[in-house]
Amino acid sequence: MSSSVVSVSRLCKYFGQVMAVDDISFEVASHSTTALLGGNGAGKTTTLSMLLGLLLPTSGSVSIFGVDMLRDRYRVLPRVNFSSPYVDLPRRLTVRENLTIYARLYGIIDISARIHALTEELQIGRFLGRPYGQLSAGEKTRVVLAKALLNEPELLLLDEPTASLDPDTADYVRGLLESFRKRTGTTILLASHNMSEVERLCDDVIMLRAGKLVDRDTPAQLLTRYGRRNMEEVFIDIARERHLEISLDQKQSADK
Amino acid sequence: MNEGMRQHTGFLPSLRRIYALILRHTYLLRSSGPRILELMYWPTVQMILWGFITLFLVNHSSWIAQASGVLLSGVLLWDVLFRSQLGVSLVFMEEMWSRNLGHLFVSPLRPTELACALLSMSLIRTLIGVGGAALIAIPLFHFSVFSLGLPLLAFFVNLIIMGWSIGLLVSGIVLRYGLGAESMAWIAIFAVQPVSGVYYPIDTLPDWLQYVAAILPSSHVFEGMRAVVVDHTFRADLLLKAAGLNVIYLAAGFFSFLAFFNIARVRGQLLHVGE
Repeated sequence: MSSSVVSVSRLCKYFGQVMAVDDISFEVASHSTTALLGGNGAGKTTTLSMLLGLLLPTSGSVSIFGVDMLRDRYRVLPRVNFSSPYVDLPRRLTVRENLTIYARLYGIIDISARIHALTEELQIGRFLGRPYGQLSAGEKTRVVLAKALLNEPELLLLDEPTASLDPDTADYVRGLLESFRKRTGTTILLASHNMSEVERLCDDVIMLRAGKLVDRDTPAQLLTRYGRRNMEEVFIDIARERHLEISLDQKQSADK
Repeated sequence: MNEGMRQHTGFLPSLRRIYALILRHTYLLRSSGPRILELMYWPTVQMILWGFITLFLVNHSSWIAQASGVLLSGVLLWDVLFRSQLGVSLVFMEEMWSRNLGHLFVSPLRPTELACALLSMSLIRTLIGVGGAALIAIPLFHFSVFSLGLPLLAFFVNLIIMGWSIGLLVSGIVLRYGLGAESMAWIAIFAVQPVSGVYYPIDTLPDWLQYVAAILPSSHVFEGMRAVVVDHTFRADLLLKAAGLNVIYLAAGFFSFLAFFNIARVRGQLLHVGE
């Protein structure tokens, strides 16, 4: 087993009386692609936000590369990057201007060369000079992904990376993430409720429901355990709390 | 660390990140002529209005007749204060409007560096806006605010620092309460205008308001401005009072911005902001 890049211990987040994340602990292995899977309101985005330090937990701890994110996140952030449908880039700036600014923020030495390389990799050359706000959803996703890959992150956190994309563009983005991971060995943690994405990309799945970690395994093991043909059916089982019956069955089998 | 990346800690990397944000807002200004015109529009309109009021009063008021530049100096210096505050708040709100804060704060950018970039952009915007109006006043009313000489620099620095301080506070409030509070950016500064003595001496105010005026850097600046224009004397004591107060104001501005930033991190507002 590779060493862990992300280590989360007893993480809780309450917004007033509302519990968003409830005492979850997990680790993410180096060079793996791990999915945080769950329905709307399961706590995926909240968990990712706490990992990055955008959101402070009510209790618990997060360490990335062995560094406590609550105390020392600026030591880690240059090695990490992120994309989310909840955040955007300045719309009136061109794609090249946006990438230049973020390249400077991440301290990239040869900015032109890096943007050129990403332009080739993500095929964004034809709209480099256009304002970001004038791009289609698929083009925007590619640009945000280019921003997320600028610093060649050792850890990439992606919140619903193919949300609102047509199947063709979504497939393109998944292929891109696969090849990027193969080439760089980057650890990827992605939040999703797209099951085909999870089956295709992920070695490890963390299932969240109502802020709790309810199951975790490889996609293949989850399919076997739940006796299902695909992850969508596993997802529905968990959403409808069938995982509780399965746990009980397994416990009873073990007792016998 | 990735070999294609520079060092991330220390003074120079910090300056590099501040410069990156200045560049971001310079790109924005450069790409939009109406934005640059808007910067100069109100200071110029105000200057023209008060220029004509001055022309009228020169013949009807002995006080104005003695020092015809007192109103125009007041209006231009007031705009330094207003534009510097607005510059900080608007540039910060640009990040909120574009839903860019989440990306910025997962980059190595520190909140203090963001604040420094806001102050730098505020300076640039103020110089464009008020500088343009001040230059137009020369041919239009034969009045040059630059004739105040070196004291003008002292007034300018003090007013811009006070504007920055209030701008940081307002930005923090907008971050905390969301874009529903954005009108604060346009109205907050006007609460201090009547007490700052922009167009009249502070002793015009009732006694209790003079105590309030005493804790505003701006009131000392405008008193100092009148001393130069009317009495042709430079009041270093007023300048020192303004500078001393500004140290406290700027520290309070930074503190409040960082405090509101931390509250936003507790409440999850960095990810869920936007139009």
